Amino acid sequence: MTASLNARNVTAALVAAGLLLLPLYTSASGNVFALTLFTRIVIFALAAVSLNLIMGYGGMMSFGHAAYLGIGGYAVGILAQEGVGSALIQWPMALAASALFALAVGALSLRTRGVYFIMITLAFAQMAYYVASGLARYGGDDGLTIYKRSDFGGLIDLSSRVQFYYLCLGCLFGGIYLVWRIVNSRFGMVVQGLRSNEQRMQAIGFPANRYRLVCFVIAGTMCGLAGALLANNTDFISPATMYWTRSGDLMVMVILGGMGSLFGPVIGTIAFLVLEEFLSQVTEYWALIMGPLLLLIVLFGRGGIDGLLGRLRRG
Amino acid sequence: MADPLLRVENLVRRFGGILATDNVSLDVAKGELHAIIGPNGAGKTTLISQLTGHLLPHAGTIRLAGADITHVPAYRRCALGLARSFQITSLLLEFTALDNVALAAQANDGHSFRFWGNARKESHLRQSALAALDRVGLANRADVLVSELSHGEQRELELAVALATKPQLLLLDEPMAGLGATESGRMVKLLQELRREVTIVLVEHDMDAVFALADRISVLVYGRVIASDEPAAIRQNAEVRRAYLGEQHAVTRHG
Repeated sequence: MTASLNARNVTAALVAAGLLLLPLYTSASGNVFALTLFTRIVIFALAAVSLNLIMGYGGMMSFGHAAYLGIGGYAVGILAQEGVGSALIQWPMALAASALFALAVGALSLRTRGVYFIMITLAFAQMAYYVASGLARYGGDDGLTIYKRSDFGGLIDLSSRVQFYYLCLGCLFGGIYLVWRIVNSRFGMVVQGLRSNEQRMQAIGFPANRYRLVCFVIAGTMCGLAGALLANNTDFISPATMYWTRSGDLMVMVILGGMGSLFGPVIGTIAFLVLEEFLSQVTEYWALIMGPLLLLIVLFGRGGIDGLLGRLRRG
Repeated sequence: MADPLLRVENLVRRFGGILATDNVSLDVAKGELHAIIGPNGAGKTTLISQLTGHLLPHAGTIRLAGADITHVPAYRRCALGLARSFQITSLLLEFTALDNVALAAQANDGHSFRFWGNARKESHLRQSALAALDRVGLANRADVLVSELSHGEQRELELAVALATKPQLLLLDEPMAGLGATESGRMVKLLQELRREVTIVLVEHDMDAVFALADRISVLVYGRVIASDEPAAIRQNAEVRRAYLGEQHAVTRHG
């Protein structure tokens, strides 16, 4: 499996280069909007990459992944509200809270399979949503405004658009690298084997759920990081971040880009959010165009955009 | 006499009102190839599933090399030296043949909570996997996706996967199922070689194969063992003939 010059790898390299160079373009052209949009895209791409680890590689169709965005975000928001501004406390807390939630959800939901698993993960995320709505001290339904971004002690200034963008991009590339290592490791082989045939994996001696649970926690933690970034990006966190439609969006991003492909979720997220942005400017009924478009890609492009690219050469 | 490698005592398993396993007792000595035969619905697969731990018995005990494994979960029995092949081929279809066997070798090599190193580049896993593939004659098909292997090759791969876990006892659930005459012949030859290295419990419908291979045969009818003896004695056993072979004439023809 050596990297070769095919449509998939070339696209991935071009997209990565484009993301790296984007601030140059925006500072030259003065187009601040593009940087704002793409900061959001990069953050959601990180969430999609983490979902892809369990959904694409692990075969675990979690319909509650947005919960970790909210938990990571609320960890930052609540600590900021309570006067703890240091990122060195906020961010580890965001990761730890997400990991803990993933551990609890995973331990219970992984006893089930298929549609039950989907429904239970959804139910847990909705519970998190309602708990957040009930946090009167932290804005309740209306959400919580974050007056000061996480403080990295002068190392990085999150109020600088460009610095914040590169921090997000660094997290995204780090996340992709981590997934790449995991997927090819012993652990990753087991998780992918379990997606393929659980009975066989049990028969050769692997305790299935232990491996699945660890994978589930890794993905949740990674998405919690995306949540911490998202809260800093919008200076605001609300229960809506965890709503089930948001989890659905994340799934669509992964499926659109290509499940079980390393870079696919990034392409899927870009396609989804850029389309949403521009279609919503054209018409308020943008979902009417977006829906059929997604349907076409899912129906005819098995493996998402990444799958389509993969077939370009082979014809 | 030394303890048998596998000792099954008074095993009982019910499905509703039906006794699928009715007080089955069975000894398999080390080094033996022990065949279990019986007409359809005799409870062979139910018995195998209890041996592998996929089904729990309602009463009785299963001992492997003296240790009680009756309630040990399926995945842990493998580490104790019990490997199985499936009646209906059960492999990782979108992985290569080599990956399938390497995972079995990996399962036998400590826990797999290793997140960093590339598993496909661990030479000792690859080498023992390749050795197991070579053992069943699939070394030249190592990098082919399982979904692209022929049915016969997949049956052989099942064996390689089981062998890669370095078992003391191999449970083979109809390894000849769906094989043509030539492929069956190859499988019998392969089992002839393997039996020298590992104790085998063989459930099989192919009577030619069973009588060519088995040291001992247990006959299962309606969940009960009605006879357990050497092949020659089984051929002569009046009850076996009446209950089972009479319908099929498979053995009398060769007897």
